[in-house]
Amino acid sequence: MCGTCGCVDDSVQIRKPGESGHSHSHSHDGHHHTHEHHHEHGHDHDHEHAHDHHHHNEHSKELQLEIDVLNKNNLLAERNRGYFEAKNITALNLVSSPGSGKTSLLERTIKEMGSELPFSVIEGDQQTMNDAERIEKAGAPVVQVNTGSGCHLDAEMINKAVKKLELKGDNVLIIENVGNLVCPSMFDLGESKRVVVISVTEGEDKPIKYPYMFNSSDICIINKIDLLPYLDFDVEKCKEYALKVNHHLKFFELSVKSGEGMEQWYEWLKDSIKTT
Amino acid sequence: MHELSIATNIVEIVEEEITKANAKEATEIVLEIGSMSGVIVEALEFAMDEAIKNTRLQKANRSIVELQAEAHCTKCQNKFEVDDFFAVCPKCGSFETDIIKGKELKIKTLKLN
Repeated sequence: MCGTCGCVDDSVQIRKPGESGHSHSHSHDGHHHTHEHHHEHGHDHDHEHAHDHHHHNEHSKELQLEIDVLNKNNLLAERNRGYFEAKNITALNLVSSPGSGKTSLLERTIKEMGSELPFSVIEGDQQTMNDAERIEKAGAPVVQVNTGSGCHLDAEMINKAVKKLELKGDNVLIIENVGNLVCPSMFDLGESKRVVVISVTEGEDKPIKYPYMFNSSDICIINKIDLLPYLDFDVEKCKEYALKVNHHLKFFELSVKSGEGMEQWYEWLKDSIKTT
Repeated sequence: MHELSIATNIVEIVEEEITKANAKEATEIVLEIGSMSGVIVEALEFAMDEAIKNTRLQKANRSIVELQAEAHCTKCQNKFEVDDFFAVCPKCGSFETDIIKGKELKIKTLKLN
């Protein structure tokens, strides 16, 4: 079961395009194992304890734990982050609602910038290898994480997927999270920057409706601006809302379809790998 | 909505601590929850009642310390209490404020037997 939101993630699969379902069995086992462990503990000790309880009351011990409830994920995220830093990998965690154009943004970016910048991609979806196949066609090494019924990626999935990717370093690693503006906000993956994508076919008040995600992001991409003449979407209002939630946000307004605004995004990507 | 699994995480962490300390059970758990942690305290209480069943936390007294969120104004350095992410500095009216307290979601102390 997922640490925070209650989704069942027992069926997580991590695969490269073309690989059959078999390869996931390793990571799958690992995952399952830990979970089962905890449950067994609970039961075993409960029985013993029912008998022993009354005799051992006097050995009381107080622990100043001060431990974050999401501690396990956070620690693993920091391990990922350290690995990325050491290998000069800029890791971007791409988040948005479904259909904002994350995968199309990646495809175009890889096709147009792939010769200058080495990209690797981790694709997160509940089901299918569709996105991984699209990215592979675009020309970047990719691993697909299928979360099953899970609603977000976590640091452990990234840790495993990165091993499977066999990253060389001096690289831009793009992690496309599961399309969901709620749960992924609570899970640090170890990314260098979190990038939230919003498209102009959505409501301009998304940033204040889902403030946790916009508050935890560093970059905000406003996509599909070629459609603005046909819509009532107010870009300035959207930015104003987003800045109220997080005044550190940096914006890119672009259209993956027409190519407008992509140049600024590419410049930023190039700078990010130089400065990491 | 995600409170049930936050509760499950708490149970997992406490079970581990009990095992580490070679103790029998937890007798007291103090949680610290910020007002902007994304957790509804009543929902967590409800979820905890379920999550502790058949665990070594089942008899523990629980208390939750709620922390009021605070923001810092980067313009005038004022510190003030906030209840949402759209905090405007009450002193200078700036939106350039950062949450400095209130995102906590912690197990603060634990008593084991």
